[in-house]
Amino acid sequence: MYDPTVARLTYRALLGRRRALILFALPVLLIVIAGAVRGFSGADDQVAVDVLGGFALATMVPIIGVIAGTGAIGPEIDDGSVVYLLSKPVKRPTIIFTKLIVAIAVTMAFSAIPTFIAGMILNGNGQQIAVAYTIAALVASITYAAIFLLLGTITRHAVVFGLVYALVWEALFGSLVTGARTLSVQQWSLAVAQKVGDGDLITSDVALPTATVLLVVVTVVTTWFAGQKLRSLKLAGEE
Amino acid sequence: MTTINIDHTSRWFGNVVAVNDITMNIGPGVTGLLGPNGAGKSTLINMMGGFLAPSTGSVTLDGKPIWRNEQIYKEIGIVPEREAMYDFLTGREFVVANAELHGLDERAAKKALATVEMEYAQDRKISTYSKGMRQRVKMASALVHDPSVLLLDEPFNGMDPRQRMQLMELLRTMGAQGRTVLFSSHILEEVEQLASHIEVIVAGRHAASGDFRRIRRLMTDRPHRYLIRSSDDRALAAALIADPSTAGIEVDLKEGALRIQAVDFGRFTTLLPRVAREHGIRLLTVSPSDESLESVFSYLVAA
Repeated sequence: MYDPTVARLTYRALLGRRRALILFALPVLLIVIAGAVRGFSGADDQVAVDVLGGFALATMVPIIGVIAGTGAIGPEIDDGSVVYLLSKPVKRPTIIFTKLIVAIAVTMAFSAIPTFIAGMILNGNGQQIAVAYTIAALVASITYAAIFLLLGTITRHAVVFGLVYALVWEALFGSLVTGARTLSVQQWSLAVAQKVGDGDLITSDVALPTATVLLVVVTVVTTWFAGQKLRSLKLAGEE
Repeated sequence: MTTINIDHTSRWFGNVVAVNDITMNIGPGVTGLLGPNGAGKSTLINMMGGFLAPSTGSVTLDGKPIWRNEQIYKEIGIVPEREAMYDFLTGREFVVANAELHGLDERAAKKALATVEMEYAQDRKISTYSKGMRQRVKMASALVHDPSVLLLDEPFNGMDPRQRMQLMELLRTMGAQGRTVLFSSHILEEVEQLASHIEVIVAGRHAASGDFRRIRRLMTDRPHRYLIRSSDDRALAAALIADPSTAGIEVDLKEGALRIQAVDFGRFTTLLPRVAREHGIRLLTVSPSDESLESVFSYLVAA
């Protein structure tokens, strides 16, 4: 199910492109914000929750997910170089699964690690807040990577759609419309964070069992569908 | 013995029919797929390469379906027309990756790079390669698993004459080894020099098939059209129409020229200057008005 050659090519494509700069820039921004907030207002659990929940989990994780998920396959399909993967006796679902693993790993590395560091800076993991948000970021990484990988196989404008989803749906709609929150990866991962964190500062609109089921189902279904898409991918550039 | 069978295959995109009920078999040796741009060559090659499903009909390799059959790539090597490769890799890394995807190791990659004579630049990034070098590395990636079928889409596009000769030599060798080599081109001379068998595609239809002599004959025997301006158009027209090599003459008053249809190309080209001299007529313009490849092809379709 996992092909090391596909993985190697994907890693190099992901981290070698200019887009990868965003992968580095956002975590640095988060840590700088955390440092500044800690410097100005000292250690405060509520502020830590606001920064980690409002910026790290609501904005940074989905954007990293968009870059890594769509970037793991979108550019190859766009420029046609995916033909070198497809013209091999390698099962298409294997290609998708491998790319998913890479996208998850990259999303986790660039979102969960900085989230943990920022949490430690903000309040030294008081009330388990840093750990709770780190686990939320890890969980969200898996589902985001799967959703955006699928998006990368079905549209040339995956990054745009991905960013619209991440910023408009997750960040804006999610905070304004209650119904939208139920269908939000952010809320599902918050349900996991809520379980991990002490006290009642971290809250989710979705119950943990529902959240877990949704996370698993969405990840599995989107990955399966992406595999199917790749099986019948028609290469662009036709008349 | 590996044969690609295309059986009553059509492919359309929305309302546009790109390939229209084509039936042909491509066997061992070098076959040229000839046709003007937009004729449907790429669509056909993409179906043979398993990147496009036929809308109707079937495309098979020794009876096995090609579409949605990854295992078929053990036998097929593909050289795509598009430039995009993994530009951030070196030539060697790229060919090694292709070998690994076939379950082979570095030795296969080394052999393929030697076959296309790219060892000297194998450690440079692909992004620094010239068009011809890219083409050769693409070839190496397609040859790495020693396939019995090689499909190449417009492989000579943008190559300089020397690179063209090298690639032709390589493909000739592949064909002589008993591989089924199919390449597409819109340039007759290219196909003629290389292919022992030619399939002509025009506007999505299978227009002609045979060796280059047959195709050449079809092309030179067709009526030729000329646009001629002279010091006395009417006198020239009267003198030319008397000869059987001229099938029709139109006096185009608006253009101030003659439009002549000649049926015997060789005879007409010697007739025209002779007649002009005998009648003391000065020829001002003699230009073939249908030398575009499309008109040659459209004649072939009608033939």
